[in-house]
Amino acid sequence: MAEIIQEEKQEKGGRKKRKKLSTDIDMTPMVDLMCLLITFFMLTTAFSKPKIMEITMPEKDTKPDPKTETKIQDTRTINILMSGDDKVYYYNGLADPKKPPLPQLIKSSYSKDGIRKMLLQRNKTVFKQIEELKTKVLKGELVMSDSTLNRKIKEIKKSDKASPIILIKADDKAKYKNIVDIIDEMAICNIAGYAVVDISPVELDMLKTAPK
Amino acid sequence: MPKIKLPTKSPHIDMTPMVDLFSLLLTFFMLTASFRPQEAAPITTPNSISDKSAPDKSIITIDITKDSKIFFDMNKNGKTFDKTGKEVADTATHYRRTLLEKMGERYNITFTKEEKSKFDNVTSFGMPIANIKRWLHSDKPKEKEALQVGIPMDSTDNQLAMWVRFARLTNPNAEVIIRGDGDADYKTVKKIIDLMQENKVNKFNLVTNLQKQEAKLED
Repeated sequence: MAEIIQEEKQEKGGRKKRKKLSTDIDMTPMVDLMCLLITFFMLTTAFSKPKIMEITMPEKDTKPDPKTETKIQDTRTINILMSGDDKVYYYNGLADPKKPPLPQLIKSSYSKDGIRKMLLQRNKTVFKQIEELKTKVLKGELVMSDSTLNRKIKEIKKSDKASPIILIKADDKAKYKNIVDIIDEMAICNIAGYAVVDISPVELDMLKTAPK
Repeated sequence: MPKIKLPTKSPHIDMTPMVDLFSLLLTFFMLTASFRPQEAAPITTPNSISDKSAPDKSIITIDITKDSKIFFDMNKNGKTFDKTGKEVADTATHYRRTLLEKMGERYNITFTKEEKSKFDNVTSFGMPIANIKRWLHSDKPKEKEALQVGIPMDSTDNQLAMWVRFARLTNPNAEVIIRGDGDADYKTVKKIIDLMQENKVNKFNLVTNLQKQEAKLED
């Protein structure tokens, strides 16, 4: 290309002076394109990996054996009942139609001052211990790896014999979101023992007569 | 008045280092990118504080939409471990293909080789098994979308149970991921969880959005 231009010039003017050719290429379109591509890849990669919440359900026993069934103390149990329109109730102990009176349902909410406040109050000792441990690690007073920290937290959760055990129950009107919210509360409040279980007919009746 | 002569400066900036940097970044992102799979239906997952990442190999994904339609998906390949116990990508097993063959046997539908390889490369689907052939052959996105009516899960024709059972038989190590819309009915989710437990799956991964929350103890 350069050759041809030179020749043309010589023919026209017959001058011997060579024109200095610029070596610059206009890179603006290339840069524009690259910017776009980078933005595209950055955005698609950052959100590609979804976060998950693990949940292990109690194994379904087709023939429940009363001998091997796990016994939990009534005083430690808190039942959380969920229904439609984001309604949530809880009651302590056990609702047994053979042993009246039935426990009273207490209305709560998914907000910070609702179920979380109650759970934190009940789970005070365990929560305090775990928080202390975490702040110590954060401040650098204690040095341990994440796995050791997790193991320690598990030990604390296991060692406490008075922390509440939560039974999560939802009726057919509840939304999937509600159950995820409640399981999330368990993680926030460091609850050691919780399970998602089927709702009983007694509890369905209790929900019907629950305070609005 | 003498003229003020401005020095003639070239308006060009040397963009070479910038371009260099951009090329590097671009290559990096292109190589590390793993694309978000195409979604069969829009799903808004609920929030939680969990920051665990989902596994991306050897998974069975069940999508539940807002109107309780169910979609099923399974990884083409699983994961295997080499002699040193290190995880390696498994490209030899074709779980999806085997799954489709097994389902075809169960419902008396024969799939051609072409259909099987097509099935290998699609993502989640939600339709009665009778419509799978049509869905695989369809080129029109609109028609494809219309076919996605959800996998039937009634007590008379529980196809989801079959998908799950054969998926478990094909890849026993597969983990189950449930990606439900926050507004989906708990009833449907519970039905699916029960169904999974019948197939000896007791551990579930629920897909959520990360949202930090703090709890403080008031004295």
